[in-house]
Amino acid sequence: MSSETKTQDRPAETGAEPKPGEKAWEKLPEGATIPEPGTADKYRTGGWRTDRPVWDAEKCSQCMICFMFCPDSSIEVVEGKMTGIDLEHCKGCGICACECPRDAIEMVPEDEIEE
Amino acid sequence: MAKTVAITGNVACAHAMRQIDPDVVAAYPITPQTTIVEEFSNFVAKGQVETEYVTVESEHSAMSACIGASAAGSRVMTTTSSQGLALMWEMLYIAAGLRLPIVMHNVNRTLSAPINIHCDHSDSMGARDAGWIQLFSEDAQEAYDNTIQAIRIAEHPDVHLPVMVLLDGFIISHAIARLDLLEDDQVKEFVGAYQPGYHLLDPQHQATMGAFDGLHGNYFEFKRAQVEAIRNSKQVTIDVGKEFGAMSGRSYGLFELYEMDDAEVAVIVMGSTAGTTRAVVKELRADGVKAGMIKLRAFRPFPAPELAAAVRDMKAVAVLDRAESVGADAGPAYLEVRNALYDSERRPAIINYIYGLGGRDVGLELIRDVYSDLADLAGGKSVEAVSYLGLRE
Repeated sequence: MSSETKTQDRPAETGAEPKPGEKAWEKLPEGATIPEPGTADKYRTGGWRTDRPVWDAEKCSQCMICFMFCPDSSIEVVEGKMTGIDLEHCKGCGICACECPRDAIEMVPEDEIEE
Repeated sequence: MAKTVAITGNVACAHAMRQIDPDVVAAYPITPQTTIVEEFSNFVAKGQVETEYVTVESEHSAMSACIGASAAGSRVMTTTSSQGLALMWEMLYIAAGLRLPIVMHNVNRTLSAPINIHCDHSDSMGARDAGWIQLFSEDAQEAYDNTIQAIRIAEHPDVHLPVMVLLDGFIISHAIARLDLLEDDQVKEFVGAYQPGYHLLDPQHQATMGAFDGLHGNYFEFKRAQVEAIRNSKQVTIDVGKEFGAMSGRSYGLFELYEMDDAEVAVIVMGSTAGTTRAVVKELRADGVKAGMIKLRAFRPFPAPELAAAVRDMKAVAVLDRAESVGADAGPAYLEVRNALYDSERRPAIINYIYGLGGRDVGLELIRDVYSDLADLAGGKSVEAVSYLGLRE
């Protein structure tokens, strides 16, 4: 089962262009396998959100509790510090706001957000 | 050298599993399970195989565990029957859709209600659209042989699909038969080492399996690719059957033609009733009747053009179905054979018999009746298109 024992050709990567004469279904990876890691990042789920978490950096103590609880890995962290919320993937569940011990995250309906 | 033994079909299948020595077997160890996995568990306990044997709490879990193990890159086998296969339902489609080459016996037994434990093909016929390759067996020897070939068919790079090896409940599974077992080394060499494609325990080629296809995904295209794979399995099944024949002296194809060279009438049949039909054909041939039989081995993929070519010059054909497609007013094999013939310029008259439901015995007399009807039909007389063979009326 080691990678050295493989003899099969690997199917084309997701999104590869079909070769001439090749049909679209022929280029798909077998069994709908996604042949690369970390592709959940490409699936934008932020559009599901009705309430947006609004972060107050002043109140935040950088305890990282929101980071641990977020089910969508949407708490953005740079060098160990929270820097914001990834709104492309946050579905607006509100767990971060509920768990924050400093009330530094407030859930605001999207239609009340002033851009 | 082959070793001749007298064992039940279930024990024969368990020996095939022992010789294949799969990485993982997951099975539900309580009825409606068969003694195949019970016998196999003895081989595990005695250390005769290296298999990881997982006992689970239901047939649904058994197939789920098989899917997980196969996705992890293991060679996986299991066994089921009747209501157990029915409980596996949703997982059957997932195994096929993920293109996992799992090999499973299904001991063909009927589905409730009323509660009945005996043989018919209702269970696997219900699973015919799940995307599994389905190979029927006439006797214990074929059940054993099919098990070994199924590994090669399932794992072929042009196929990568699960295979169901079908054997008639009790008639094959529990009756003691004489058969030849191959040497362990022969089987090991024939099946070879499993070389999985993408799998989940390969850190060099990280992959995700079983993910959501997306709101505007490629489900349709993946199904089309699956259709291509099961079409490919036809040639693979023929090639593997030939190679198996070269090793064992017993060759296999998509179906077997018996006394068909000059036959004018024929019965198309699956499973153990092929043995009964064969005996009747011998009798009829002794009386000078040009009777033949086609024993269908592969029901999925269905060999439609091949069958149409095999019967094109015949006068009358009867298809025997050990399952009823309730509401279709005909059996499933009949409908498919009839469909296969529609485009043929030359085609025989065709009739259907539903037989043996819930284990109703089918003896020589009933099969003689079928050939008698076929003689009438070939002679221009009218015969009912679909009738029930052995029904108490």
